[in-house]
Amino acid sequence: MSVVFDEKIQQTLGNAKLQLAIYTSTGRLMDHRKKSLTGQLPDFEELRTHANAVKKHTIENLDYYLEQLEANVKAHGGQVVWCRDGQQVADFVLALAKEKGSKLIVKSKSMTTEEIDFNERLEHHHLESVETDLGEYILQLKHERPYHIVAPALHLTRYDVANLFEKELGVPNDTVIENQTLLARKVLRDKFLQADIGVSGANFLVADSGSIVLVENEGNARLTTSAPKIHIAVAGVEKVIPRAQDLATFLKLLGRSATGQPLTVYTSFLSGPKRAEEVDGPDEFYLVLLDNGRTKVLADREKRQVLYCIRCGACLNHCPVYRKIGGHSFPWVYSGPIGAIITPQFMTVRHEPALPFASSLCGACAEVCPVKIDIPKILLDLREDVVKARTEDASNQLERLAFRMFAFMMSHPWLYRLAGKLGARFGPKKAWVSHVPGAGMLPPVKLWLSQRDLPSLAKKSFRDLWKERKG
Amino acid sequence: MQRDLILRDVRKALGRDAGQAVPPPPPARIVIPDVPVSQRIDSMLDRVAALAGKTLRAKSMAEAREYVAALIEGKTAVASNAPFLRDCGIAELPGVSSGITDREELRRLCATCNYGITSADYGLSDTGSLVMLSSREEARLVSLLPPAHIAVVPASKLLTGLDELFSILPRPAEQTSSMVLITGPSRTADIEQILVRGVHGPGEIHVVVVEEETAIAGPPEP
Repeated sequence: MSVVFDEKIQQTLGNAKLQLAIYTSTGRLMDHRKKSLTGQLPDFEELRTHANAVKKHTIENLDYYLEQLEANVKAHGGQVVWCRDGQQVADFVLALAKEKGSKLIVKSKSMTTEEIDFNERLEHHHLESVETDLGEYILQLKHERPYHIVAPALHLTRYDVANLFEKELGVPNDTVIENQTLLARKVLRDKFLQADIGVSGANFLVADSGSIVLVENEGNARLTTSAPKIHIAVAGVEKVIPRAQDLATFLKLLGRSATGQPLTVYTSFLSGPKRAEEVDGPDEFYLVLLDNGRTKVLADREKRQVLYCIRCGACLNHCPVYRKIGGHSFPWVYSGPIGAIITPQFMTVRHEPALPFASSLCGACAEVCPVKIDIPKILLDLREDVVKARTEDASNQLERLAFRMFAFMMSHPWLYRLAGKLGARFGPKKAWVSHVPGAGMLPPVKLWLSQRDLPSLAKKSFRDLWKERKG
Repeated sequence: MQRDLILRDVRKALGRDAGQAVPPPPPARIVIPDVPVSQRIDSMLDRVAALAGKTLRAKSMAEAREYVAALIEGKTAVASNAPFLRDCGIAELPGVSSGITDREELRRLCATCNYGITSADYGLSDTGSLVMLSSREEARLVSLLPPAHIAVVPASKLLTGLDELFSILPRPAEQTSSMVLITGPSRTADIEQILVRGVHGPGEIHVVVVEEETAIAGPPEP
C-alpha cells in the first residue's frame, strides 16, 4: 500500500464531520433508489439483464458500432475527432479555440474530462474553462476532484460552501443553501451567455443516430449544449449503444440507480449542430472519442465488463468501504467499487497495487449494479494481476519464499499438525508480536501493530476438538 | 491517423477484422401498456405535481388561455412558435412576445422575460415528462432560460412512456438536432443532498393539458 493511500484513509476515518457527511449522503441516495424501485418497476431485473446483454454485444463488436456512430454523426453535420489521451484532446480544443478566437468555455459535468485534467490543461494555455454543475463549480473553486460520481461535492457542508464563496467570490458569508444556489446561478448565467464553446460529456452515444445523450437535473448541460455557437462532446469509446430504442432500457435504470428518479429532470438527445430551419442551437458540433486506456482493457473477456458501466454511482453508495474511506482516498478520479476496477485497468495495477485489496468482497456492488457488472469477480482477477506484476518486478523474493514454505506445509498434513502442536506447547501464551523487543521499531511491523496483534495458538486445535466431539 | 490506430487496437483486442459482419444485437425491449387517455392525463398531471410542478386539466383551449393570462398578468413572457399556442390564443395575450425566428432576438428575450411558454411534441404520462423537439416551431431556449416555464399540451399528445416514444420515434435524429425530455423543474441537491429548485433552468413549471382541441377563431371575447 502506498503511503498516500494509507494516509488519506486514516485522515478520512479520523474526521468525524466527514464520516457523518459521507454516511448521511450515501444513505439518502440508497433510500431514494430503494423507494424508486419498490413496487415501481416490476421488470427491473429483466431490464438489468437486458442492459447487460446489450452492453456485452456492443463491446464485443465495438469497432463496428464506432464506425456506424461516426458515419451518422457526419451525416447530421457533425465531426468526429479520435483521441488517444488527454494531451490530444487538449491540443484539439486549443487549436479550435485559437481558430475561432474563443476565450471562454463553459463545461457541464463529465467524469471523462476529469480523467484527463481537461480544465487544467486548457488553463495552462490561458483558456478559461468554467464548470457549471453546482457541485463541480464548487470543486473547481476549491481545486478538488469530485468526491462521488453523481454527487461531486458530497463531502462539503453549507458552511464549507459559505466560506469558499466568501473567499473566492468576495461575497458576504451566507450559509443558506438556496442563496448559495442562486448566487451560483447568477454568476454562471453570465458565463453561459458569454461563452463561445460549450463542452459536455455524454452518458450514451447512439450508433444508429449519431447522437449523444445527456442526463442531468440542473439544466446546465442543456445550456452548455444550446447557448454557445460551438458544442464539443468528449466521451469514452465505450459509451456507445446500438440504437435509440435501447434508451428505453438504459434511461429507466440510470436515473433510479443514481438518485432514485424515474427520469432525471432533463434528458437531452442531441444530434449534430442546429438544422437550418431550427431557431437556435450550436452552429458546429464535434464529438471527441477518447481512448485513454480503454482499448487496453478490451482483450480480457472477463475484466472488460468494466466498460459496461453507465456511471450511476450506486455501487459507491452501497459499498461499506467507500462509506468509510470516502472518495478522495481513492488514487484516481473514479472512486468506490467501480473505481477499484477502473483505475488498475486504465492506469495499470502498479498505479496503486493495494486498490483491488481494499474490499471485503461483500458483493453489494454487484447486487445493485444496473448493468450487472460482476465487480467482486473482477477484483479477484485484479488481485491476481497485482501479484503477477509484483513477481515480474522481482521485488518480493522474501514473500515468494514464505509462500513456497506455506504451500509445502499446507500440502503435507503431518507437518502442519506437528507445527501446530509445537506452537501450542512451546509458543507464547498471549498476543505476542508487540512484546518482541524492537519489533515495533520496524516501520511495516509498527503500522501493522497499530491495528492488531497475533494471538497465541489455542491449546487444543480444532481437529482435536472435533475428534473429541465425535468420540 | 489516430482513428485508424484506435480502431486497429480495438479490432486486435477483440479478434475482429475490418468490415467483419456483426451478429444481430439483442432485440430492443419495447413494452407499451394499454392506458386510456383520461388515465394518461391524470397520471401526467399527478407526476408533475409530485415534482412540485403546477398543473391544470383544461376542458377547453379557452380555459388554458385564461389560466396562462392570469399567470402572466403584468409580467413579460416569450412564447414559442407552436401552432397550438396560437390556436389557444395564448401567443396573442398581452405581454407575450411570439413569432420570433431570429436567434439573437430570441436569446435576448429568453434571458429577460419572466415566463417561457411552449407546447410540447409529446408528453410521457408515466413520468410526467414533456418531450420537446427543437424545430422552427419550438426553440430550445424558451423552455430553458426564463425562470418559469409554462407548457400547454393537447391531451392527444400524451404517450404512456419512454417505450411508446421510442416506438413512434425510433430515430429522433432524423427529425431534429435536439430532443429534450423535461421532467419537473430544474433542481440540484449538490450541497448536503438538500433539494433546491431552479438552479440553471426554470425553477417553476406549469403543465396545462387541454382536452378539447377545436381551434378557436380570433382573440378572446372581452
